[in-house]
Amino acid sequence: MIPKPLWLLAELTYRCPLQCPYCSNPLDFAGGRFKHELATDEWCRVFREARALGVLQLGLSGGEPLLRPDLETLVATAHELGLYSSLITSAYRLTRDRLAALKRAGLDHVQISVQAADAELSDHIAGTASYRDKIAAYHYTRELGFPLTVNVVLHRKNLHQVEAMIRLAESLGAERIELANTQFYGWAFHNRNALMPTKAQLDTAWEVVLRERARLGNRLEIVWVLPDYHEQYPKPCMGGWARAYMTVTPGGEVWPCHAAGRITTLQFANVRDHPLEWIWSESEAFTRFRGDSWMPEPCRSCPRKALDFGGCRCQAFLVAGDAGVTDPVCSLSSHRRLVDAAVAEAEQAAAAAELPSEWVYRAAPASRAIAAKG
Amino acid sequence: MTGGVNPPGAAAVPCIAPKARLQRDEVRRRDVLLYPEGLVALNETGTAILQLCDGTRSLAEIVATLKQRYGAEGIELDVTAFLGALAAKGLVTYGSPPR
Repeated sequence: MIPKPLWLLAELTYRCPLQCPYCSNPLDFAGGRFKHELATDEWCRVFREARALGVLQLGLSGGEPLLRPDLETLVATAHELGLYSSLITSAYRLTRDRLAALKRAGLDHVQISVQAADAELSDHIAGTASYRDKIAAYHYTRELGFPLTVNVVLHRKNLHQVEAMIRLAESLGAERIELANTQFYGWAFHNRNALMPTKAQLDTAWEVVLRERARLGNRLEIVWVLPDYHEQYPKPCMGGWARAYMTVTPGGEVWPCHAAGRITTLQFANVRDHPLEWIWSESEAFTRFRGDSWMPEPCRSCPRKALDFGGCRCQAFLVAGDAGVTDPVCSLSSHRRLVDAAVAEAEQAAAAAELPSEWVYRAAPASRAIAAKG
Repeated sequence: MTGGVNPPGAAAVPCIAPKARLQRDEVRRRDVLLYPEGLVALNETGTAILQLCDGTRSLAEIVATLKQRYGAEGIELDVTAFLGALAAKGLVTYGSPPR
C-alpha cells in the first residue's frame, strides 16, 4: 500500500535577502526553472490537495516566505484546512504588525534562523546585516504568544558558539533550539571545504549539548541534527523516500525532499500539470525509490535497511554520482572513501592551522554564473 | 517527568499547551495532537481525555467525568500516565486550582 504524506514543505519563493553559504536551495535557484512562482490560488489548491492526501504539517519556507505579499492569505487557507502551519523565516525586516497579522490569520508556529550568537559573526555568515531584526522578531513572537524555534545551522565557523547559542535561546524563552549541523546539499555542497567542521569541534559542541540538556530539562528542547559525514551509518533521510514528506518548489515542481531537484536522472512533475495525488502516488520521481525493491547491496540484505532506508538518495547522487546506490556515508558503502577524503581535508587544514577556504555566498549572480557553467 | 517536577495532585488543572492543537485526521480516521515538527496519534480515550483538558477542570473532575461517561473504574492511573507523558513533552501544562 502507498503510504500517505504527513508533511508538506511549501517553498514559496527562492528570493531571499540573506546569502547564507550553506543554503539548501538549488544552486541554480535564479535560473528559469524556478522563475514563474505559483500564484495565490495555485498554492491554495496545493494545500487543499495535500490535506486531502493526509498532510497535517505545513512548512512555509523559501527563500524568504515573507517576500510573498499573499502570505497572510496562504496562512488563513492553511488554517481553515486544519493544517498546522510553521513559518520558517530569516525575520529580515519582519515587523510586529506583520507578525500579528499572521497570528490573526491562524499561523501556529514560528521558526527564526540566526547564523551565530553575536551580531558580528551572524551578519558575516548571513552576508546581510540581519541579526538585529532577528532579535527584535524573537521578542515579537513572545509578545504575540507564538511557540518559537530558534534555528542555527552549524559549521566550522560557528561551532565554537554552541553554548552561547543555547543561552541566547534560553534568554529569549524559546521552546526549541534546533542546532542543525550542515547537511551537504545545494550551496553547502558547493562550499563544503569552507564549512566542514573538525571532529574535535563536533565533540566539544556535543559535550556542551549534553551538559545543557541536563541543566535545562524540559524548559528548552535542544535538537541536535547529526553531522552525517562524521557518522558510521546514514541518516533515515526524510523517514524514507516518498513515505511521509514532499516539497513543492516556487515554480510548482514537486520533490520528495528539498534537495532532490538536483538529481538529474529523475523526472519531476509539476502541480500546474498534474494533481498532487497523482504526483505522490504515480509520478516517476516519487515511485523510483519508494519501498526497498530498488535497493542494491549492501542495503538489500542489510538488517538496517528498515532503520535508515538506504540513507539519502541526494547524497548518493552528489557524492557517488548515482542516486541508486547506498548512501556513501554508510561505512559499508564502497564509496565511503569519498566522504572520508572530504573529512580528512578539513582535518589536515586544521592541523596545519590553515584558514578554511573562502565560501561563495548564495546570491543570484553567483547562481546564474554556476548555472551557466552547467 | 524530567526537571524534578512533582507529579500533579488531583486538584491540578491540566490544559493543552498553547503550542499544541487537537485536530481530526479524516484520512487516517483518528485524532491527532499537532505541535511544532511533530504529532501524537490518539485513540478514542486519548481524545476524550484531551477534550476535557480545557483549563477549567481539575484532574479529579476529569477522572470523575470519564468514569461517569464510560462506567470504568480505576482509570486514575491511566489518565495520569497519559497526561504525564504529554506534559514531559511540554504538550500539556498544569495550572493551579482556583483558591
